[in-house]
Amino acid sequence: MEKSLNWREFIITRLIKASGYSAILFVALIFIFLVREGVPTFVEVDFKSLTNIRWYPIEDYFGILPLITGSLIVTIGATLVAVPFGIGTAVYISEIAPRWMREVLKPLVELLGGLPSVVLGFLGILVISPYVRVFLDLPTGLTALTGSLLLGGIAVPTVVSVAEDALDAVPRAYREGAWALGATRWQTIWRVTLPAAKSGVLTGVMLGIGRAIGETMTVMMVTGNAPVLALKLGSLFSPVRTMTATIAAEMGEVANGSTHYHVLFFIGMVLFLISLGVNVAASSMVFRAKKRAERILS
Amino acid sequence: MKRALALNRHLVQRIGFTGITLMAVFTVIPIVAVVIYILVQGGPAISGEFITGFPHDGMRAGGILPAIVGTLYLTLGTAVFSVPLGIAAAIYLSEYAADTPLTRTIRIAIINLAGIPSVVYGLFGLGLFVLFLKFGTSILAASLTLSIMTLPVIISTAEESLRSVPQGFRTVSISLGATRWQTIRRIVLKEALPGIITGVILGLERAAGETAPILFTGAAFFLPRLPHSPFDATMALPYHLFVISTQVPEMPIKIQYGTALVLLVFVLTMNLVATAIRSRARAKRQW
Amino acid sequence: MNRHLLLFTTLVAMLFMTSCGPASSAESASDSQETYIENKGSDTIVNLALAWAEKYQGDHPNVRISVTGGGSGTGIASLINGTVDIANASRKIKSEEVDEAKSNGVDPVEHIISRDAIAVIVNPENPVSQLTLQQISDIYSGRIVNWQEVGGEDRPIVRLSRETNSGTHVYFLETVLRLGSKEDKTLFSMDTLLLPSSEGIIAEVRQNPNAIGYDGLGYVPKDLKMIAIAEEESGAYVLPSIPTVNDKTYPIARDLYMYTDGQPEGLLKEYLDWIMSDEAQEIVAELGFVPVN
Repeated sequence: MEKSLNWREFIITRLIKASGYSAILFVALIFIFLVREGVPTFVEVDFKSLTNIRWYPIEDYFGILPLITGSLIVTIGATLVAVPFGIGTAVYISEIAPRWMREVLKPLVELLGGLPSVVLGFLGILVISPYVRVFLDLPTGLTALTGSLLLGGIAVPTVVSVAEDALDAVPRAYREGAWALGATRWQTIWRVTLPAAKSGVLTGVMLGIGRAIGETMTVMMVTGNAPVLALKLGSLFSPVRTMTATIAAEMGEVANGSTHYHVLFFIGMVLFLISLGVNVAASSMVFRAKKRAERILS
Repeated sequence: MKRALALNRHLVQRIGFTGITLMAVFTVIPIVAVVIYILVQGGPAISGEFITGFPHDGMRAGGILPAIVGTLYLTLGTAVFSVPLGIAAAIYLSEYAADTPLTRTIRIAIINLAGIPSVVYGLFGLGLFVLFLKFGTSILAASLTLSIMTLPVIISTAEESLRSVPQGFRTVSISLGATRWQTIRRIVLKEALPGIITGVILGLERAAGETAPILFTGAAFFLPRLPHSPFDATMALPYHLFVISTQVPEMPIKIQYGTALVLLVFVLTMNLVATAIRSRARAKRQW
Repeated sequence: MNRHLLLFTTLVAMLFMTSCGPASSAESASDSQETYIENKGSDTIVNLALAWAEKYQGDHPNVRISVTGGGSGTGIASLINGTVDIANASRKIKSEEVDEAKSNGVDPVEHIISRDAIAVIVNPENPVSQLTLQQISDIYSGRIVNWQEVGGEDRPIVRLSRETNSGTHVYFLETVLRLGSKEDKTLFSMDTLLLPSSEGIIAEVRQNPNAIGYDGLGYVPKDLKMIAIAEEESGAYVLPSIPTVNDKTYPIARDLYMYTDGQPEGLLKEYLDWIMSDEAQEIVAELGFVPVN
């Protein structure tokens, strides 16, 4: 009886250990695949062509710069929306709202995070882009701005969720100390609580940005998909084409193994590396925040 | 002088609080507005036939049953692959792993998986499952792709749940002679289960609503019958909404909103169930 | 724990019961003798293909036809990869694609299944009603940027186009932008909006007075304004319709294709023969395309 119990325990432990390593396996697998299919790009397309400003793959124009700037400008716009609203809402929920409202608002904001991106894109075409066009007197409402607004909306729940947790984890003693010294609640929030929760809040912001960079369907439906080099501030009000929308729109049509196929995988590689960068930065903050929380709360 | 300063501070607070409150209001109102708008526009389309019938007349009439069933199949498929693997990985991280560089690498890997854009998952799924392993455009390929995407969510929330079980539970169990696995299975897992289930539901909710990963791995525009095997392609709610709102001419607006509503209800129900389980578990918690 | 398990199992059971519900039992009853035809490709053809599939399946319950879009390029790529029976294409297969197919052991055979006019559309409020091909080419390549330059109001021109994987896009590039010349290397202006589908174009043109777009005649609803086109300034300005396509007075019309791997046989051949029949071609006319006969 003992022997068979030990044997079963042994197998289960091994399986669990293997599952633990699986995450690394998958990340490596994804990276390997992207590289395997993306690297031939360098062989088939010369560097000068890649840094061209025109993206027109069916005539062999593979300039990816417009796509990168497109993703960049939409993400920056989304950040400008998500950061103030996200942090503001997190502060509201954590510091200002009465207890009962907190219980209502948190799930409500999480709800927004659960909205499928295609639903938001759908509303974007039908409702938001006409408004943008009319309000701002633009030639068309299918712009980077529209994309940013919607992406900001998608990123806000992530920011609120993580930031609010971070603010909540700041020990009451910090706040009480500040109040005892005569600070107003407002002063306490900005000079004590928020700085104390800094790394958690920043993590939330970075995760929100990560979500915005990676969003596909919404941007494909509302940004117009014109591969224009988006370098000026004014580009926010014109159509742009993001890397994600490019992959989604063009992947279905490529013949397996063609140059276009490799270039699309190359773009996927770029996206992967960008999100890797953002996440490594965010994860080191998560690590530090968790350590601090463990120290404080233990 | 001091009084003036004091008034100043309180004024600042008043303004500040109002500003922050407005921000929160402007964040929450759009959410509510979106849901209500879709409800109002899509409500009239909902009927028994809409939910249980097949599309007719180039999808402009009839129902969306194949899309609903397709999404259910995909969600189930995702659960089958990601839930056991995810929970096992979470158990490893919570109960077995020491704080070594290897463990830190695993954590970074998980955070990375969480951050990868959904379309890159689609690309990966196309390359590996559809083409390399020759599964073709199928429920199998799409589910596998969605599972890897869902894995980080399940692992993080499950691990957090497991960790929140007080160490005391474990030590008492071991001191009574149980093995590590017995402790985990009968005590820790049981206590952490509500939290784990919450995480699973939230993860599956995301999988159900995603379009990009299934675009080239499993989704189809129109199928005349429900899928018979995991190697069939399938219609799915998010893809169906995308298609009918962008590709079919003269599509009645009511049907578009109706489909959006069904998808929304599906996703929101999962959200509510998860939230309910979480609050109930918190209330019943014995520590 | 038991309660959660029970709930989960109940949901799973319900799920399997829906798939055995009345809707699918009719489908699966004749499973044993069913043939499955997979049809993929052009978004221009997709609704026509769907209408045909619905009609044909209604009369032939032992044949099941699935239809998917994605663009002409997608369909041909799938034919080359061997994953579909019929590739729908709104443009001719390219020579590189033929080579690729041959190297994969696939022999693409072309069938012309319908004709289609490309309508150029503008917002109903736009006073401009006619343009020459050269003017349209200049508009889309970016040489003309304001509606004033072609007799309209002082408004910037917003150009809408299908995505590059669309056969319609390629046809427009070759026939209108480049006026049919193979040496011409004119490209779409970089700020042309590339919308992933026809409906995107229709929706934007409908509500944006600055917009100009193009798409197959079958996709243009009655409330949108079509431009009458002349090949030269001295010529007649013609609106697209079945007669003007058939007598070739409308300058931008094209054939629509279905490609199969080799000559079709058996039930696939029957389906393709039926598509060329009067019954099927009537559906073509109903949907706004131009019948082949």
